[in-house]
Amino acid sequence: METFIQQLINGLTLGSIYALVALGYTMVYGILGLINFAHGEVVMIGALVALAVYKALAATLLPPPLILLIGFAVAALVCTALGWTIERIAYRPLRNAPRLAPLITAIGVSIVLQQLAMLFWGRSYHSVPALLPAESHDILGARISDVQIIIMLAAALSMTGLIVLVQRSKLGRAMRATAEKPEVAALMGVDANKIIALTFIIGSALAALAGVLVSANYGIAHYQMGFLLGLKAFTAAVLGGIGNIGGAVLGGILLGIIEAMGAGYIGDLTGGVLGSHYQDIFCFMVLIAVLVFRPSGLMGEKVSERA
Amino acid sequence: MSRNGTPLLDIRDLEVHYGGIAAVKGISFTVEAGETVALIGANGAGKTTTLKALARLLPAKGTLRYDGTDLTTLPPHALVQRGFSLVPEGRGVFARMSVTENLQMGAYGRKSERKDAIEQDIERMFELLPRLKEREHQLAGTLSGGEQQMLAIARALMGRPRLLLLDEPSMGLAPLMVQKIFEVIRDVAAQGVAVLLVEQNASLALATASRAYVMESGRITLADTSANLLADPRVQSAYLGEVG
Repeated sequence: METFIQQLINGLTLGSIYALVALGYTMVYGILGLINFAHGEVVMIGALVALAVYKALAATLLPPPLILLIGFAVAALVCTALGWTIERIAYRPLRNAPRLAPLITAIGVSIVLQQLAMLFWGRSYHSVPALLPAESHDILGARISDVQIIIMLAAALSMTGLIVLVQRSKLGRAMRATAEKPEVAALMGVDANKIIALTFIIGSALAALAGVLVSANYGIAHYQMGFLLGLKAFTAAVLGGIGNIGGAVLGGILLGIIEAMGAGYIGDLTGGVLGSHYQDIFCFMVLIAVLVFRPSGLMGEKVSERA
Repeated sequence: MSRNGTPLLDIRDLEVHYGGIAAVKGISFTVEAGETVALIGANGAGKTTTLKALARLLPAKGTLRYDGTDLTTLPPHALVQRGFSLVPEGRGVFARMSVTENLQMGAYGRKSERKDAIEQDIERMFELLPRLKEREHQLAGTLSGGEQQMLAIARALMGRPRLLLLDEPSMGLAPLMVQKIFEVIRDVAAQGVAVLLVEQNASLALATASRAYVMESGRITLADTSANLLADPRVQSAYLGEVG
C-alpha cells in the first residue's frame, strides 16, 4: 500500500510535467496537423537557460525561490522566441508542402537544437541547485516533497489557465476555428499566421515551465534530456487523443502514473529479474497499444458532421 | 445600372486556373450596393470557383474591385472587416463549437466594438432565427443541414456585411427549409445588404435576384434582368426544366 501511494505521488508529479509538454505537441498538431518533434528540445533549452540564470545569480543574496522564478522568466522568454523562430523559418515555408516535409524538418530542427546545446553547454550532466524548499511530508506512509507539491500546483495552474484561454477567450475560439476549418476561419477575419505563431509561443512557454520543473525534480540538466521527455510527452498526447487539449492533460497524467506504477512493481512482478531502471519500456508499451487498439486516443473522438 | 458612379463589386476579366486547367475563363460582372444579383449555371460551370477567387481563397487574374479597393492586394482575413462576407458552399459551420460560439466567430473582425454590441447582435440573430436560439449551446455539428445553413448565414451577418456572397444555400435541403432560407436571404437584402447569390436552383435564384448572370463552362453566356431571363427560352429549356 505504501509503495502504491508513493508511486501514485511520483506518477502525478511526473505526469504533470508530461502533460505540460504534451500540450505543446497537441496544440500544434491540432492547428497544423504537424508533429513538432523539436518540442522536446525546447524543454531542454528551457532547463539549461534557467540553469545558466541560477548560476549567474548564485552569488547574489536573492532568496532561492526568487532565483528560480527569474530563471523561469528568462527561460520562458528564450523559449517563446525560439518557438516563434522555429515556426517562422522552418515550418511556415512548408505550410502547403506534403506532410512528410515538415515532419522531417521537425526532426532536423530537433537535431540542430540538440547539437547547438551541446556546443554551448557541453556533453556533461549539469547538477541543478535545489532552489525550492526540500522538506517532505508524510501522507499515508508515503513521502511527498515540497518540490513535488510545487510541480503539481504549477502544472495544474498553468493548464487550467490554458484551458480557460482556449475555451473561453476570443483568441481561444480563433485557435479552435483555425484548427477545425482554416479557410472558413480566414473568412471570419482570423489571420492564421498570427494564430499559429501564438500557438507556438504558448506551447513554448509551457515547455519552458516543464524544463524548469523537470530539472528541479531530478536535480539534473543535460543537452539530451529533451529527447526522451519529448517522446514520452508525444506518447501522452497520442494516448489522450492528439489534437485534444483535455486529452493531453489526461494522457500526460495517466502516462506518469503508469510509468511510476510500472517502475514500482516491475521488480516484484518479474521476481527481481527486471528492475525499476526498465521504467521507460512502459511508455512505449502504452504507445504501441494505443496505436494498435485505439489510434484516435482516449478523447480523440470527433463530433460527427452532417452535410 | 450604376447609381453613384462605381458599383460595389466590379469584376473584370476574372480568370482562375487549377494547375493548367482554366476553371473560369475571363468573366466580368458587377453588383451594385444594395442589389441582389444571382449567378446561375450547372454543376461545374465555375460558380463556386468564382466566389472562392473573390474571397481570395484561390489565386486569380483580372481586375477585382470591391468598394474601390483592389481585392487582389488583400489577404482573405482582411475582407470581413470591409463588409465583404462569404457563406461558403457546404455551410462551413465550426462543428465542434457551439451555435453561440459560431456567431461570436462571425463578429471576430469587429475589433473596435464593445462586447455588449456583439451580444446584442447575437440576440438579434436569435430573434430572426428562433431555431438557433433553441440550440444556442448545442455543438453546430449536431444541427440539421438547414439549421447549419441558417447558422452560416447568421454568422456571416454578425460581421455586418455590405456584400453577402452565398454559395448554393439551397444545396441538400428539403423544400420547406429552402423556402425558409430564402425568406431570410430576402429579409437581409431588404435591409440594404447587397447579395451575390450562387445557385443551381435557377427558378429560386431568379425569383430572389433582380438581375442574373448565366455561367457555362467558365464563361458568362447570358446577363439580364431576372424577368427577362425567366422569359428567355434558352434559360427555360436549360435551367428551368421547361420545354421552350
